[in-house]
Amino acid sequence: MLSLSLMPTGEANAFPPRLLPTRVTFEHYRTLFTRMDMWRYVANSAFLASTVTLISVLLNGMAGYAFAKLRFRGRDGLYRALAGALVIPGQVTMLPLFLMVKQLGLVNTWAGAMIPWLASIFGIFLVRQYAFSIPEDLIDAARVDGASEWRIFRSIVVPVIRPILLTLAVFTFMGAWNDFLWPLIVLSNDQRYTLPVALANLSLEHVQDTELMMAGAVLTVLPVLVLFLAMQRYYMDGITAGSVK
Amino acid sequence: MKQQGAAAHHVEGVTKGRDGGGRQRAAWGFLAPALALIGVFFFVPVVAALLLSFTDFDLYALADRGVLRVIGLANYHQLLTNPDFLGALRNTLFYGLIGGPLSVAVSLGAALLVNARLAPFRGFFRTVYFAPYVTTLVAAAVIWRFMLHTRYGLVNHGLGALGIGPVDWLGDARWALPAIVLMSIWKSFGYNMVIFVAGLQTIPEELYEAASLDGAKGWTRFRHVTLPMLGPTLGFVSVITLINYFQLFAEPYVMTQGGPLRSTTSLVLLMYEEGFRWWRMGVAAAVAVVLFALVLAGTLLQRRLMREDA
Repeated sequence: MLSLSLMPTGEANAFPPRLLPTRVTFEHYRTLFTRMDMWRYVANSAFLASTVTLISVLLNGMAGYAFAKLRFRGRDGLYRALAGALVIPGQVTMLPLFLMVKQLGLVNTWAGAMIPWLASIFGIFLVRQYAFSIPEDLIDAARVDGASEWRIFRSIVVPVIRPILLTLAVFTFMGAWNDFLWPLIVLSNDQRYTLPVALANLSLEHVQDTELMMAGAVLTVLPVLVLFLAMQRYYMDGITAGSVK
Repeated sequence: MKQQGAAAHHVEGVTKGRDGGGRQRAAWGFLAPALALIGVFFFVPVVAALLLSFTDFDLYALADRGVLRVIGLANYHQLLTNPDFLGALRNTLFYGLIGGPLSVAVSLGAALLVNARLAPFRGFFRTVYFAPYVTTLVAAAVIWRFMLHTRYGLVNHGLGALGIGPVDWLGDARWALPAIVLMSIWKSFGYNMVIFVAGLQTIPEELYEAASLDGAKGWTRFRHVTLPMLGPTLGFVSVITLINYFQLFAEPYVMTQGGPLRSTTSLVLLMYEEGFRWWRMGVAAAVAVVLFALVLAGTLLQRRLMREDA
């Protein structure tokens, strides 16, 4: 019963009868796209999540690598401070963050919606663990050859840590796609709603219209599920990284 | 666009340094963007939340900072006498202390099953169990609201087959909280299960062989071999789960709006309502600080237990 996973559920519930549709109809999907403007929310979510993913993977990748392989003053202290902050729940920051975003005039903008996701302590942590495995000789050899630090990062480090970067990308994408609280707070105009926010609104307005809701739920879940299946190998590695000795 | 500009600038800075000092500079170049973002948009707000909780920041202060006053611990004092807050605190503790351990137990059980008997289908089960985890919470809530429907829902349908009368899951103040916990467990146990499966696979087979030589099987085997070997993993999973359950928000928001009779309101939901519906930012910040204290206490307690265990 608990394993009643998403795909059959969404499909089964998308139509009036309890378990199986007596007649297959796509009218709810049609309604969503024609009357409810769902394309806009799909596009919003996709744009937001992919932009956030690109930026944060780059920034966290750079920082994680620096923590693992570059020597600089204050490294260990700084890292300890960051690791300690992992226990602070993100929701604590939401109120002041909103005030800051408001002050910057970024309420109801993409930049405002992306801010909490652009860099993450967890991402840095993940990359750092993995980057320890880069052979020191490889980096030194490149340095002897006169490659710049940035060049080393781009052409030697990134290929080696690619698996963890992909993992991080999947994590970030799913997190940003599924995020609900922050977009709900910062996006006031329904032109910019992301899928979960749009769906929640829809579900509070159309409580009775189960079939329509299910179609919306399927639409919200499907892209992530496909991504998950495609990237499963990386995703699983990332989940277990650091949790098992 | 802005990001690209920053990156280009940063490349220049790095290229100059080939010596030790330059490398030091390069390191900071790699760190600066991420650290700046985390500093400005994470650490500053954390401190600000604490400060905010000592003020009477509200709708009027939002318009004009001049009316903002520092009121010390008044917000906290007010929370202690506020039945909404006490209810939310109680609910959050229920989510964390009942839901958390239940979820860990379910995922451990599932992991043992998947690991032992269904080895050839591991990939398949991993996927099926994991699917809920990647599901958007809002969508999951929508699905469960239907499943828990008093008249049409599958849950009551199943109970009806067992001869149990319909339960008004989400409309009855007694059942709404357990119903949301049930849904949360369904949603989250796949993640923990994957971690447990990985942990189980690191336990050397020889230990089990030695145990069976000693005549241990079933429960004894689990208690004396599996559990101790799984210790660190179990600790990690418990902390993460507890913390996650303390932070429940979307489930009650979409399923019940915190009702009926505020029986499912969590601290985060209360914070959201106080802060962004009534614009009582000071009070909301105090709620956030309480949430943080709760999460911190959970983590510290867990660490303590782990150390004594080891």
